Amino acid sequence: MAPNTSEAAVDLDAPWISQEDLPVETYQIIDEDGTYDSADVPDLADEEFLDLYRWMLVEKRYAERMIKLQRRGQMGTVGSSRGHEASIVGSGYALQDGDWLLGMGRETSAMLLRDVSLRDIILFWRGVEDAQRFLTEQNCMIGISVGGYLPMTTGIGWGMNLTDSDSVVTAHFGDGATSTGAFHEAVNFAGVLDAPAIFYCQNNQWAISTPFEKQTNANTIAQRGLGYGVHGIRADGNDVLAVYDAMREARKLARAGHPVLFEALTYRTEGHSTSDDPTEYRERDAVEEWLERDPIERYESFLKSKGLWDEVDKDALVAEVDEEFSAAVEAADEYGPRDVDELFEYVYDDLPPILQEQLDEMERELAELDDLEAYIERRPKG
Amino acid sequence: MAETIINAINMALTEEMDRDDRVVVFGEDVAETGGVFRATEGLKEQFGGDRVVDTPLSEIAITGGAVGLAVFGLRPVAEIQFSGFLPPAFDQLVTHASRMRWRTRGQWSAPMVVRTPYGAGIRALEHHSESLEGAYAHVPGLRVVIPSTPYDTKGLLKSAIRSPDPVLFMEPKHIYRSIREDVPDEDYEVPIGEAAVRREGEDITVISWGAMMQKTLEAVDRIDADVEVIDLRTISPMDRETVVASVQKTGRCAVVHEAPYSGGWAGEIVGTLNDEALMYLEAPVERVTGYDIPVPLLSMEDYYIPHPPRIAAAIEDVLAY
Ligand SMILES: Cc1ncc(C[n+]2csc(CCOP(=O)(O)OP(=O)(O)O)c2C)c(N)n1
Ligand SMILES: [Mg+2]
Repeated sequence: MAPNTSEAAVDLDAPWISQEDLPVETYQIIDEDGTYDSADVPDLADEEFLDLYRWMLVEKRYAERMIKLQRRGQMGTVGSSRGHEASIVGSGYALQDGDWLLGMGRETSAMLLRDVSLRDIILFWRGVEDAQRFLTEQNCMIGISVGGYLPMTTGIGWGMNLTDSDSVVTAHFGDGATSTGAFHEAVNFAGVLDAPAIFYCQNNQWAISTPFEKQTNANTIAQRGLGYGVHGIRADGNDVLAVYDAMREARKLARAGHPVLFEALTYRTEGHSTSDDPTEYRERDAVEEWLERDPIERYESFLKSKGLWDEVDKDALVAEVDEEFSAAVEAADEYGPRDVDELFEYVYDDLPPILQEQLDEMERELAELDDLEAYIERRPKG
Repeated sequence: MAETIINAINMALTEEMDRDDRVVVFGEDVAETGGVFRATEGLKEQFGGDRVVDTPLSEIAITGGAVGLAVFGLRPVAEIQFSGFLPPAFDQLVTHASRMRWRTRGQWSAPMVVRTPYGAGIRALEHHSESLEGAYAHVPGLRVVIPSTPYDTKGLLKSAIRSPDPVLFMEPKHIYRSIREDVPDEDYEVPIGEAAVRREGEDITVISWGAMMQKTLEAVDRIDADVEVIDLRTISPMDRETVVASVQKTGRCAVVHEAPYSGGWAGEIVGTLNDEALMYLEAPVERVTGYDIPVPLLSMEDYYIPHPPRIAAAIEDVLAY
């Protein structure tokens, strides 16, 4: 049943094009062993270099501690971002006040950089509806239907054009998302509209158990930009400076009316989520290989050769970041009290009579039916 | 052997793939890992990578691809990982699958199955909890099937795979593993379009399906009356005969579903009873349903689900009318 792919049999005369005609380079500043050319290093102040480092620790500790909370039953299912620190932080760091960021849940510190509070991210993963109310106050949103929010990203960019805004909109999504129809339509339309939109794909090479090679026959995500007539770039997603630098340029392009398809090449070193066991479908070797390319360690060697490492007290930084996380958990624990009206709020702008009736009925039943509460468990805590 | 609904799905798929070379199983994460719920576990090992395929993350291409395979003479069984991700592919069901036979005047058809887990209660994120069977049942040309027991699951899925027309097979994931019963190894079908009378009774007819069957039976156990319980099993085309005959006998009826009230399939049942059994009714038909809101996220999801006390109270109201 295998398809006939024997190329030798095909003799071609017409001017065909193929992806092999277009090698896509991966933009890198700090290479895998930590060396770099100073001329390529983005022009950042020392504090900013150190800040990038701190943010990567925030992302790492956040991921580790969320998983711990989940294991203890204090969190819903959650996905780890281990390995993505440079890609998340580098992209988030290049955005500016007023920019919008729509994500899929694996870009926490990029949202924290937009002033979303850690408490609200925790509430989100605990399944508290109000979390997204707070996220949107910072022009952020998390969409769970993969790829589904990309057309609206284009629309937001369109709106920015129509209202002479000087912001950009960024959507973070995974390699899996690039297989959805929504992705293709969104990027294409953004090109037509000259929308100030950055489509930021964290290509971590897995979509649950599906490897990138099975996700698409395209060699890269970035090359697809050509198909839509927009700029594309592939950056080493484990190199925070490359991501930051390219994202800064992407932002300029977007502002100049050129939407961008940005591929950050990284690797999901852990399971898709706490309900996934990756040992079922992939070899440990490949994972080890990518663990070797840890983005934080790579940046540490950069800081060392840049002479900034002396200013880093890593233990103290980790302790500080951990404390912030604990405080956020405490704030999330204290969030409330919550009432069933919440469930009926925001379905519409007003509460139509049918919903009011149903809410009254729910409240009446909760009060009158003796053992109804016994079937209801609020969880993990909320 | 006592099997779960998940096992029963796996058995049906295995047997049908074995029986008919044209059966092809595909979807996100179905081959290598056997699917996020393990419904397709072992199929790739047994039938190979040409017939058990991990697809890109493309609900439209999965569903539309199934239409193409079916038109070309294969028997696709596609999995949509959660029914909350089916909406992009709704177009493929409405625009192509359901109308292929009609469009081509019987020359082409789309004998395909889309399997998808639906319903609340698994403590997941947005889009992992909805029950939209009413919306799909509204599409002419599509059969919508929802099993509630392991035995039926195997027999109905086999019928679905052998069906000459497209079937949307919605699986009550909340009870995937929570109930067990004997599922025979041999080949059998449970026909699509036939409801099951789970309990016979004279006082009232209670109709439900899917994950709500368990809650309904629990509610009925609390009630001191002779209750007839119908498991609809096929939402569309509905077994009107069984429903109508039962209500003509009992004169009273309650319908239980997890989907929202407005536009829910219970409304269709009430309409049917209005047409066919109005003069037999001794009380208005009660509907115990979800609310007209998105299913709450995991922290307060339980409030949404029609639990046995609500169902029992409604049944008692109808009896007391
Ligand atoms: C439309 C849709 N289909 C399926 C799913 C189930 N699902 C959740 S995440 C995921 C894989 C996503 O992979 P990718 O886009 O690469 O992002 P990653 O998780 O790797 O960051 C799948 C299949 C979903 N959420 N939305
Ligand atoms: Mg991915």
